Amino acid sequence: MSEPNTCCEEPEIDFVFLDRIIQEEFGGRKEAMIMMMQTIQRHYRYLPEAAMIYLSHSIGVPLTKIYEVATFYASFSLVPKGKHILHICTGTACHLRGSGGMVQHVAQKLGIEPGKTTADMKLTLETVNCLGACAMAPVAVLDEQYHPQATVGLINELLDPILAE
Amino acid sequence: MTTSSPAPDLSWIKKLTRPEDLAAYRNTLIAEQQPDATRILVCCGTGCKALGALDLLAAMKQAVADAHLDVKVAPLVKRTGCHSFCSRGPLLTIQPQDIFYQKLKPSDAAEIVQETIIGGKIVPRFLYKPIGSKQPIEKRSEIPFFAAQTRVVLERVGVVDPFDIRDSIVHGAYSALVKVLTQMSPKEVIEEMKISKLRGRGGAGFPAGLKWESCARQKGRHYVICNGDEGDPGAFMDASTMEGDPHAVLEGMAIAAYSMGSDRGFIYVRMEYPLAVQTLANAIRQAEDLGLLGQNILGTGFNFKVSVSTGAGAFVCGESSALMSSLEGKVGRPRPKYIRSTEKGFRDSPSNLNNVETYANVPKIILNGGAWYASMGTERSAGTKVFSLTGNVNNVGLIEVPMGTSLRHIVYDIGGGIPNKKELKAVQTGGPSGGCIPIPKKFLDINVGFGKLAEIGSIMGSGGMIVMDENTCMVEVSRYFIHFLVEESCGQCTPCREGLTQMERILTRITRGEGEEGDIELLEEIGTFTNSFSLCGLGTSSANPVLSTIRYFREEYEAHIRDKKCPAGVCKALYHLEIQPEVCTGCGVCKKRCPAKAITGEKKEPHLIHQELCIKCMECYRNCKFDAIAIR
Repeated sequence: MSEPNTCCEEPEIDFVFLDRIIQEEFGGRKEAMIMMMQTIQRHYRYLPEAAMIYLSHSIGVPLTKIYEVATFYASFSLVPKGKHILHICTGTACHLRGSGGMVQHVAQKLGIEPGKTTADMKLTLETVNCLGACAMAPVAVLDEQYHPQATVGLINELLDPILAE
Repeated sequence: MTTSSPAPDLSWIKKLTRPEDLAAYRNTLIAEQQPDATRILVCCGTGCKALGALDLLAAMKQAVADAHLDVKVAPLVKRTGCHSFCSRGPLLTIQPQDIFYQKLKPSDAAEIVQETIIGGKIVPRFLYKPIGSKQPIEKRSEIPFFAAQTRVVLERVGVVDPFDIRDSIVHGAYSALVKVLTQMSPKEVIEEMKISKLRGRGGAGFPAGLKWESCARQKGRHYVICNGDEGDPGAFMDASTMEGDPHAVLEGMAIAAYSMGSDRGFIYVRMEYPLAVQTLANAIRQAEDLGLLGQNILGTGFNFKVSVSTGAGAFVCGESSALMSSLEGKVGRPRPKYIRSTEKGFRDSPSNLNNVETYANVPKIILNGGAWYASMGTERSAGTKVFSLTGNVNNVGLIEVPMGTSLRHIVYDIGGGIPNKKELKAVQTGGPSGGCIPIPKKFLDINVGFGKLAEIGSIMGSGGMIVMDENTCMVEVSRYFIHFLVEESCGQCTPCREGLTQMERILTRITRGEGEEGDIELLEEIGTFTNSFSLCGLGTSSANPVLSTIRYFREEYEAHIRDKKCPAGVCKALYHLEIQPEVCTGCGVCKKRCPAKAITGEKKEPHLIHQELCIKCMECYRNCKFDAIAIR
C-alpha cells in the first residue's frame, strides 16, 4: 500500500476543490479527517501526496498522523487505482463457495497480486471481506456492478473486453 | 455499490410541536390509507438489489402505470428493505393477500399486474416450493422459513418503505419515544431496560440496562454511539436493519440518550454498506424535519442530534474503544479497559456504545414492557436474536428466533437443510474469532445462547451463522480465518500480532502438505497464549478458529500432516480430480465449463482431466450432474 508512486505522474491538484471539501463540507474539523480523505480519494482514485500536505496544513494535523491513518485503513491507497476495479468478495460464505480460487485465477491471469493494478492502469484487483450479499456467493463486483454467483468463466468474460480495450 | 436515490417530495413535512401531535399525525396517515388496498412490497435489500431488484421495482411501477388502474392512494408499489429470504430473490410480497412471489425478472412485472393484481389469480410459477416438495406455497406466512421465526427486531424490516418516515410512523415508529418523554423518568427507562435483561447484541453480551445506568451516573457531556461496523464476514443482520428500518435504530438511540441525559449521537457504519448510510442519512433528515430528532423534540425541550460516520475498512474498528478513536478521525486501535468507555470514551467523555440490533430492540421493550421481553428466550439470554444464515444451506437469509432455539431447528426447519444431498459437517458462529461447532457428533440439539456456545468453545458473536458441508476442509477454514485476522490485527500488542502470524505460517504449511509432527501441539500452545494475553476482545478470541477445529476435527489435521491428504478436497496440493470412467456419460458439460481447457473427450465417451493443466477451480466438480468427478 505504501509503495512510492512510480507508474505515473502526480495529477494536478485543485486546491479550491480541496478547500471546499475540507472547509465547507466538513467544517475543517479534525475529527472528520477520515471522511475528508475518503472524499479526496474518490476524486483522484488515490491519496495524492500534494493533497495530503494541503490537508495537513488546513486542519493542523501533522503529515505523519495523516499517513498513519492512510496506511492503517484498508480502503486508502497511496498509489493510483486502475480505470476499472474488480472486487472479489472473500467473506466466509463466498470463500466456502470458491472465491479464493477466483482471486488466484485473476491474479495469475493479470500477473498482479490482489490490491495491485495492471501496468497499463486498466484494472485493479481488490478483495473485500464481506459485502453482505452472502446469498449470492461468490460475489464479484466490477465497477460497482454486482455479479452474483460468479465463476472463473464469468470473470473471464467480464475481463477480456477490458484487457482488449 | 452505487445507490440511486429516490426523488424526495417533502411537501408533506410539517413540524410536530407537541408529544400528542405524533398520535394525531399517525391517525391522519392511517385514515388516508385504504386498509384493504393492494400493496406490492418489492424487496430492495442489498442481496436482492445485487440481483436486479431496482429494475424489478421500476418494471412493476411501469406495469401498474400501463394498466391504468384506478389507484386512489399511492403507493401501490412500495420499495422496502430486506424481506430476508435472500436466496429466493428478487422477490416481492403482495398485501393484504400475503402472496409471496420469488426469483422474478423485470419482464415478469406485466404478468403479475395483469394476472394477480387485476385478475386476482395466482401465477404458480412465481411461487416458492420447498426443497423436495412439488407443492407450491402461496402465502408468505405459510412458508416454513418465515413461519418458524419470531420477528421483533425485524418486524418492520421488509414491510415499511425505509425512505419514507410516514410509513414507519403508521407502523408505530417513535411512539415509544413519546412514551418515555411523557410518562417515564430517565431512571424508569433504565429500570425497564434492566428488567428486560437485554444483553448487547454486538458479541460481548453485556447487559444493556447496566451499561446505560453506569453511563448515566457519570458527569459531563454524554455521547450515545451506535456500532454499525458489522465487520464479521458472512454477517449482514445490522446492514439489513439499518437499510430496512432505520427509525427503529434512531428511536432506540434517542431513548438511550434521554435516559442518560445525552444530546449527541453517532452511528458508525462500515464503508462497504453505502445503502445503509444513505438510508440512515435520509431517515435522520426526515425525523429532524418532523421534529422527532434534533432540537426541542416534540416541544419537550429534549435535544438529540445524530450523525452518520463511515469507517475506512478496518475490522478492529468494531471494537468499542477502537471505534471511538476512529470516530475522532484517528487510527482505530483498542485501548486497555482499566477505565470503561461509559466513564471516559469518545472525546474522553462518558459514552454509551451499543450495536444496531441492541438499539433496535429498545422501542419494543419500552412499548411492551421489560417483562414481556424477558419472557422470550432463556433465563440467561433473554429475547430474540437475528442470525444471518449463510454457507452451504438451502435457505440463505436473515432469521430471527428466540434465544435458546436449537441448531437443528435453525439449520433444518428454517434453513431447509443442506443442498445437493451433502452431509452437514459444522456450523461456524461468531465471525472470524468464533468457533466451528461439529454438528453430526453431538451438538445438533444445542440451544443457541450466550452461555451455551461459549461452553463448547465458540462464541455467539454478533450473529453470523455459517453452515459448512462435507466438502469443507476445517484446516483450510481455520487458515482462512487466521489469515483474515492477521490482515486485520491492529498490531499494537505482541500476542495477537505475532501469535496470529506464526499460526498462519504453520497452517499454510499444513495445507500445502508440508506439515510436521508436533504442529498441532504448537498451534495449541500459541493459540492458548494468544487468547490469554492479548489486549482487546478481538485478540483474546482470535485463536478460537484454530483451537475449536483442533478440538473437534483433530483427525483432519492429522490426515493433512501424516497422510498428506485433504479428505474434503479443498487444499489444492493434497488432492486431485479424476473423472470416473464408469460413471461419466460423456455429456461434455465439464469440458465446456473448464476455464483451463484441461478436459478432453469425445461426446458420449468418458472424459479425461489432464492433471498438468488442471487449476482445481472445481467448476467441473460442481457442475457434473452425474457425480462422475472424484476427489482423490
